[in-house]
Amino acid sequence: MLKLEGITKIFNEGTPDEKVALNHINLHLKPGDFVTVIGSNGAGKSTMMNMISGVLTPDVGKVWIDGKDVTNLPEYKRSRYIGRVFQDPMAGTAPSMTIEENLAIAYARNSSRTLRLGVNRERRDFFRTALEKLHLNLENRLNAKVGLLSGGERQALSLLMATFTKPSILLLDEHTAALDPSRAELITNLTKQLVEENQLTTLMVTHNMQQAIDLGNRLIMMDKGQIILEVNEDQKPNLTIPDLMAEFERIRGEKMATDRTLLG
Amino acid sequence: MFTAMFGAVEQGIIYAIMALGVYLTFRVLDFPDLTVDGSFVTGAATAATMIVLGYHPIVASLVALLAGFIAGCITGILHTKGNINPLLAGIIMMIGLYSVNLRIMGLSTENATSLPNVPLLNSETIFAKFAKIWEPLGIDSFINNIVAGLGAQTLPQTWGNLFMMIVVTLVIKLIVDWFLKTEIGLAIRATGDNKRMIRSFSANTDNLIILGVGLSNALVAFSGALIAQYSKYSDATMGIGMITVGLASVIIGEAIFGTKSIMRTTLAVIVGAMIYRIVLAIALRVPFLDASDMKLITAVIVILALIVPQAIEKQKQKKRKAKRLQARV
Repeated sequence: MLKLEGITKIFNEGTPDEKVALNHINLHLKPGDFVTVIGSNGAGKSTMMNMISGVLTPDVGKVWIDGKDVTNLPEYKRSRYIGRVFQDPMAGTAPSMTIEENLAIAYARNSSRTLRLGVNRERRDFFRTALEKLHLNLENRLNAKVGLLSGGERQALSLLMATFTKPSILLLDEHTAALDPSRAELITNLTKQLVEENQLTTLMVTHNMQQAIDLGNRLIMMDKGQIILEVNEDQKPNLTIPDLMAEFERIRGEKMATDRTLLG
Repeated sequence: MFTAMFGAVEQGIIYAIMALGVYLTFRVLDFPDLTVDGSFVTGAATAATMIVLGYHPIVASLVALLAGFIAGCITGILHTKGNINPLLAGIIMMIGLYSVNLRIMGLSTENATSLPNVPLLNSETIFAKFAKIWEPLGIDSFINNIVAGLGAQTLPQTWGNLFMMIVVTLVIKLIVDWFLKTEIGLAIRATGDNKRMIRSFSANTDNLIILGVGLSNALVAFSGALIAQYSKYSDATMGIGMITVGLASVIIGEAIFGTKSIMRTTLAVIVGAMIYRIVLAIALRVPFLDASDMKLITAVIVILALIVPQAIEKQKQKKRKAKRLQARV
């Protein structure tokens, strides 16, 4: 479904600020895989997400989606296959447009946009049914401007918009990090529900180790631009936080760096 | 007084089409486009020249619309493909179009390669054509009888221009309303709202910006074409400050009618354009002000339109606070 082949990215090459953001990354996701990604700040998690979504292009290496080489496809063309939810709840929706208009924009992702009305009766019914799954009563506020929603509601809406067209890949970039604990839990549960329902191949970056353990069937740990640990489907169910800490120490010979990674 | 006001309303509703164009860039796309000063004249020059050359005024007006669309698209391309700041891209086009407009008007006669103006005194404009259908209907004398009965001393020559322009402008408003609700229209609005979001939903923001700025300038040029036919001349300087006029209309309209929905906002913009003309007509009747002071008056109206709503809002807040304090006591 998704394949990264020897991806390398160096920022500010040839200057004193040179930084190897990704160092020969290989990753392969099978259809239906849900992979959580952990690692400290600067490990290269976000850079890897940006490589997949097309915001950045690799210096070396290839990106494959659905068996197609998309390495040189611009971001807007790739996003036909990729659903994304960002960390910032403001980033995934258009604030001055209504809930149903936002959903209509997301709905038009798969086909080219035409002069058809974005919202018609049939679609409105479909949107309403989709919103009901969120249990936030948004289905009765179709004409409310999204800017009026709370951060949690906007993130739930973003999640729905990213998933309800069943993209080939779903990328979640710390999408619960900016929310308070109860909202974060709501979004985490919704993520689980929507991914299972639509059987989406998912890659989720998180700072929260417990979340990384609870969700998904595989886990990878990144550090300094490399994947240093891969936990497969058989090992993942028995994984605990102390296990991960011990693994990190064994591999890197040092204690795991940030409190944020621990406490999330 | 009545005639002056009547003329102001007539012009206002033609300028409203230009204001709708400005609304598309400034508000919907969040793209401060200054091409307007040039493309307005491009529309006027194209229509006037074609009418002098004997083309049907409707054809001439539609070609003017197309010319404005092309000018706007070039501004959009300069910004998106050339990475030029939107303000600068607009100014560059405005300057460049000045010479283009002189050349276009130069095509109206064989004696010159470029001309600063084209008169349309004895030409068949769209208004003259419409008058031929309108006058036999006898509606003018009917309405004038009523208005005279209400006590008006001077009466307008014809109500036909006003009637025709109300219909044309409302049709354009409805098209704009509909367009902004289509899939492409929604994507253009989202481009002005949140570029990152719309890119993640497989929309090419570059193309949407080019299209949006193109459509905006198409409306502006169409408005210019009609103004040229209404005032019976096209002039290279008639576009100076047009962007401020458009902006004033948008701001005045929004301040009075609000921005609850697209349909309401476009209507607000149209009424805003008419109010602006009426205010201008009143200002010009102040004894010590002269027609040459018009641009200064425009600038002052825009400043007031920007500042007064803020002051009103502040005043309201103060009152609310005072009320709450009183309630507590």
